[in-house]
Amino acid sequence: MTIAVSILPEQQLAALNAAYGQAVARRRWRLLFGAAVFAAALLLAAVGAEVNLRTLFTYFGNFVSYFDRIFTLDTGQRAWTDAGEWFWGWRKWLKMLGETLLISYVGTLTGAVFAFALNFFAAENTSPAPWLRFVVRRLLEFARTVPGIVFALIFVIAFGLGPMAGVLAIAIHSTGALGKLFSEIVENADMKPAEGIRSTGASWLSCMRFAIVPQVTAGYASYALLRFEINVREASVMGFVGAGGIGQELVVAIRKFYYSDVSAILLTIIVTVFMIDIATGWLRGRLFGKGART
Amino acid sequence: MFDRPASARLAMPAMIVAALAVFVYGLVDLDFSPSRFINGLSQLGWISMMMIPPDPGSSLPIYLKALGETLSIALLGTTLAAVFALPVSLFAARNIVPSKILRFPVRRFLDSIRGVDTLIWALVWINVVGLGPFAGVLAIAVSDFGAFGKLFSEAIEGADQKQVEGIRASGGSPLHEIRFGLLPQVLPVIAGQVLYFIESNTRSATIIGIVGAGGIGLQLAEQIRVLEWQKVSFLILMILVAVAAIDFISSKLRFAIIGPRAVA
Repeated sequence: MTIAVSILPEQQLAALNAAYGQAVARRRWRLLFGAAVFAAALLLAAVGAEVNLRTLFTYFGNFVSYFDRIFTLDTGQRAWTDAGEWFWGWRKWLKMLGETLLISYVGTLTGAVFAFALNFFAAENTSPAPWLRFVVRRLLEFARTVPGIVFALIFVIAFGLGPMAGVLAIAIHSTGALGKLFSEIVENADMKPAEGIRSTGASWLSCMRFAIVPQVTAGYASYALLRFEINVREASVMGFVGAGGIGQELVVAIRKFYYSDVSAILLTIIVTVFMIDIATGWLRGRLFGKGART
Repeated sequence: MFDRPASARLAMPAMIVAALAVFVYGLVDLDFSPSRFINGLSQLGWISMMMIPPDPGSSLPIYLKALGETLSIALLGTTLAAVFALPVSLFAARNIVPSKILRFPVRRFLDSIRGVDTLIWALVWINVVGLGPFAGVLAIAVSDFGAFGKLFSEAIEGADQKQVEGIRASGGSPLHEIRFGLLPQVLPVIAGQVLYFIESNTRSATIIGIVGAGGIGLQLAEQIRVLEWQKVSFLILMILVAVAAIDFISSKLRFAIIGPRAVA
């Protein structure tokens, strides 16, 4: 089999070549322009953030030695040589950790209940009135855009120091985040059952209860579990502003330079977060089959 | 006759009861008393009344500067994280490093970095470079490094192997395979993720100031502590507007890079 390669006349070829060259050049210029803009933005940001490479290089040793220090006991030994001494406060820390887990549990559950109540008003296909949808959506948006810890700061002043502020902050943030996800699930639900129920003369409430809810509960539970995982992390730092949990112990240890305590508490948090991740992942797999984690 | 077995019917209510029991125990253990709750709510109502109208007072220039600082922290931190995470993520990807023994430590390393919250990293860096936005940049860079390493390696694992094999067939070295076979496929995905993180880091950057790592969070925490509620509400509004603006710009850019199809 022969392949015919058509050779274009010189003139035509030159024109095509020029067009190709131009197209490539234009793309390159655009890329170069983008890179230049990005570099300029970075430079501006470096000035804005007071980046000081000299400080970094002078003190980078501190960063490395910080880890050296937090893994050294007061006696000068490596921390892991004497676990009893290293985790001397484990009773107290486990209690605080339990408090952290409770904060995120109560917060997530409260948030999920509120999100459940609100999401039908926020979804395109089930909302009874457009103005209501608009209001609820803005409300949810507000609740999830303001960082949880900012809510915690304000609640600490309103409700006093302690885990209550943390729970409420997490509840509000979860309401916002879950409300959005829940309403997206509802928007994907099949509307035929709802029409069937409406045709029997049922109210809006019964339509939701008997047509939509059975379709969406699995998705809701899956997202709520995922949220719980995230909230455990969030609750571990709520203590920084006085809203309870293990963060309080950690911030005290860091600020007062109780070096080996820092590493002990950090390790406890990391291990807990891992275990929660694994446990909820396993639970999600059990409840909703593989691929439930999206 | 059509009833499910009793155990199956009882499982659901039992789970609900258990969940509620833990909830109630939590409420008691965490000092939720109705009187305290109502007291706090009235306080909160009073605070919200004090917030209206939002008013920056005479410190608008300071706040704008702080907002600029926050945006700088987010941009620089994310970029640094992405630059360092790219080579490391190659070592965590199954199709680049087939050996599980080599991959395992890299992945656990990334996981443990990710397991520590950005705020905690901020506290650590404050110990190293002192108070200020620079500590914030480093905190975001480190904690995102963990997240990016995982996401990038997943993107690399999802890449099409045929193009890599094509390069190998034509006699390319392993480095050529990565440069010409893999990177062109992965870069748009990665660019999209980086942009998304810049967006979400604007949010994180607003709060690391609370522990003293610069940016608008520092101002916010200060104003809350001195109970200047009008300034607080103004700062919150500023954060909302800034986050919305960044959301808008970066989603435009994201779609420009990855095309409108890949809605993530």
